This record gives sequence, structure tokens and C-alpha cells, in this order.
Amino acid sequence: MDFWQIMEWAAWIISAVLFGWMFIDFLKVGREYSEAMLLSSREGIDELELFGEGKKKGH
Amino acid sequence: MAEQAAGQPQGQQINLLKVLGPTHVWALGVGIVLVGEFMGWNYAVGKGGAYGALIACWVIGLLYTCVAMIDSEITSTVAAAGGQYAQAKHTIGPLMAFNVGLYLVLAYTMLEAGDVLVAGQLVQIGAGELGHNVAFEPFTILCLMVLAWLNYRGVFMTLTVNFVITAAAFLTIIILFIGLEPWHPEAIMKHSELLTGLPYGWLGVIAAFHFGIWYYLGIEGTCQAAEEVRSPGRSLPLGTITGMITLAIAAGLTWYVSVGMLPWEYLGWDLTLAPLYDAARVSGSNFLHVALFVGTLFSAIASANGCINDAARAWFSMGRDRYLPLWFGAVHPRYRTPFRSILFLIPIAAVFALKVPLAQVITFSILSGLLNYTFMPINMFKFRRMWPLGSIRRGFQHPFHPFPAILLMSLCIITYFAVYLGYGRQLLAMMAFYIVASLWFHFYRYRFVRRGDQFTMAWPRPQGY
Repeated sequence: MDFWQIMEWAAWIISAVLFGWMFIDFLKVGREYSEAMLLSSREGIDELELFGEGKKKGH
Repeated sequence: MAEQAAGQPQGQQINLLKVLGPTHVWALGVGIVLVGEFMGWNYAVGKGGAYGALIACWVIGLLYTCVAMIDSEITSTVAAAGGQYAQAKHTIGPLMAFNVGLYLVLAYTMLEAGDVLVAGQLVQIGAGELGHNVAFEPFTILCLMVLAWLNYRGVFMTLTVNFVITAAAFLTIIILFIGLEPWHPEAIMKHSELLTGLPYGWLGVIAAFHFGIWYYLGIEGTCQAAEEVRSPGRSLPLGTITGMITLAIAAGLTWYVSVGMLPWEYLGWDLTLAPLYDAARVSGSNFLHVALFVGTLFSAIASANGCINDAARAWFSMGRDRYLPLWFGAVHPRYRTPFRSILFLIPIAAVFALKVPLAQVITFSILSGLLNYTFMPINMFKFRRMWPLGSIRRGFQHPFHPFPAILLMSLCIITYFAVYLGYGRQLLAMMAFYIVASLWFHFYRYRFVRRGDQFTMAWPRPQGY
């Protein structure tokens, strides 16, 4: 097995690990948090304004 | 990343995190586009000759300047993820918004697939030049997964990385230009020998407009960051317009260098890799050869990174409004990203990257982009009529209205004709796809949409309503 074959295998393995990490995290988040909370984002809500940070920074 | 992790949810509501500044907006816009200078634009030379490609660069540059100005005004006011989708919802209505959302998702997902495919093929070519045979597939998938992971973990780091690699790729174009000694005409670059007239006349020039889009395709993607920038009124116009200036410089340098190094007959049908890289290769300089290989690779990675970001935001916004299943509208409680949308679009991009020919993928992306640009002038007219100047606070007011909108519409019509000349069947097939999707939305999906929730901006009632 030469260097480039090892690189090919390494690329597949790293890809699988990263996808696996994201997938496990996705499942964990689904278990640990309620759907209502995960879906609570609202368009047009400006958190910086909401908590006064925007004013402090002069926005 | 520390800043991202610190962004813990406040109470029971979690929104996307507002952490971006003008440099991130620049990195998003230029990052998506810059790959078009390294490859793709050169097919305009095949249609209209070297001068035809230059005329396309100017005319399409004008089209995108109008896009950037219109986008800067509306997005700095409708500061919501989804960009033009959210704008369409406010100015025209649900069916238009659904279509615009689809244009965005398809344009960015297809471009992302093309980018990661190119990144994998570049590794294959690089290894080939060192005398080794490798498959491109593992590197294509690796590129996709690393970028998806970065996007999943947070927008701040994603676009900071994009800033670094985009700036490095832009720098390689400047290095190539300087390395070819433009102050010594005809020493390395041979413009007087290589430049010819218009080989296919003015019809060829119009046909070149289709590929002239490559010089700038995706700059409108800056709008997708609207909900995550700290100061939309300042950052979005600043990032978008400086991005457009950067691209105009890069496009000019790219054309000048490429047509001075390669004959137009080769440049127009350069199927092997990319004209800037080839220009560096024929220069005989090992340094330029390596620098442009790295620049081309970085540009493809930066583009894919920005596309993952934008496609996921558009998909997320449509989910949040129930245009698609609400499930997609979830925000990660720790990283504050649209994590389900990011994850869902990964396999789709992977299948397109590995199974569909690059030219088809890219044509689909260009056509979806063009449909989006056609929507923009209509959007602008409606926006100014419904909320005239002075009725709401705008982050930016673009000058000379309605001329940019009229010009943009006219240029879009000419570009449709150009696309029809080369890709008539694909254009018609895609129109049929959007008609079928619209029927599905109208007769089935719209019943799930909460009509009262559509209008989210704290503005006065529009004029005439």
C-alpha cells in the first residue's frame, strides 16, 4: 500500500467519522431538547435589540 | 468558536447567532464566486472569442452591479435568513417566495456539488502530476464532510475560515499577474499574437453572456447572512459592494492574464482543468504553478463552504415558515446553526457530485440563479412602491431607481436568449420542474402555511393595502 492509497483510505475514514459525529450529535440534541425549544426561532427577532446589546454598542 | 459556544440559549427561545461583520459578508459573497474566475468563465471565449468574453465580463458585471445594489437595499431592511426568499414573502406573496426559495436551494446545492467534485479532481490531478494514480471520490467526499462539519459547528468559524482561504485565492491571482510581468508587454504574455477579432460575430458575443455569469455567480449569496450579522444596515451593503469590486478586479486580471498566455481556441474548450492554472503552468515558473494549484483548490473549497451555508439557510427558512416540513426549521441549541437543514442537504450534494456530470450540475445552478435575478427587479419595484423612501428605516438606499431594476430586467432577458442558444432543452426542462413544484405548493403544501405569520417585519401597513 503506497502513500496515496493510505491517503484515500484516510479520506474515507475521516469523512465517515465526521458524518458519524454530526449524526450522533443530531440524535443527542433531539433527545435532550424539546421540539418546541428547537423550533422556537422566529424571523425578525433581533436578540441584540431584545437584550439591549445593540443600544450599548451604538446600533 | 469560543464566541459560538458562549452563545447559550436565552430562556426558551433560540435564534441564529448574531456574530458576523462586513468581512464575513465579503468572505461569503466572494468565497462563493471566486472559483468562477479560476474555471468556467473561459467557455465564454469558446462562444464569442477573447473579446467576446471581455464584453460578457463587462455586461454581466453591470447585471451583477444592479443585483448587488438592489440586494443591499432590500436585505439591509429585510434582515432575515433566506435572503431573497424572505424578501419575496414580504413584497410579492407565498408562491413567489416558494419558487425563490427553491431557486436558492438548488442554485447553491448544485454549485456546492460542482465545487467539491472539482476539489476532489484537483487532488487527483495534483497526485497525477507527481506520478501517482488516485481516485477523486474520497477527496470529494472528504471536502464535503469537513465543510459540512464546520458549518454544523457554527457560522463564525465557518466564515472566518472562508475569509482566510478566499483572500489567499485572490492573492494568487495578483501573484500570477505580477509574476507574468505585465510591465514588459510581449515578454511573457503575447496579447498581440493571441488576440483575434470576434470569431462568431455579435451573436457569439451574446452567446458568451451565458458563461460570463461565471465571473460573478453567487455574489447575491451575501443576503443569506442577514439574520446573523450584528449590524445588517452597515455590514450587508459594505460586504456586498466591496465583494463586487473585488470580483470586478479579479475578473479583469483573469481575462488579461489568460488571453495573453493561451490561444482562444484552447481557452474556450479547456476541459482539462482551469485557465488560470494552465496559464501558470505554461509560464514555466514552478512557483506560479504551485501557487495557482493552491489558489484553484482554495477557491473551490471556499465556494463549497459558502454554498453549504447559504443552501442550509434558505432550506431552514422555508421550513420555519412551513413551506417545507417545520422539522427543518430547528436551530442547534449550542452552535445556533440550522443543523437539520445542513445535515439533510449533505447526501443530496454528495449524490450530485458523484453521479451527475459537472456541466449538467453547473447549468442547473446557473439557470436557477438567473431565475432569481429576474425576480429581483420585480421585487425592487414592489418594495419601493409598497414602502416608499421615508416610510421605513433602510440600511442602504440604492441610487438612480428605477434604472438599475430596468437594466437588470433587460440584461436577464438577453441572458435567457444566450442560455437558450446553448442549453435550450435544459432551460425548458427546468421551467417545467418549477411549474410542477409550484402546482404541488399551491394545491398541497400551502394548506400547512400559517398565513398570519408570513409578515414578520415591524413596518407600517404597505401603501395600497
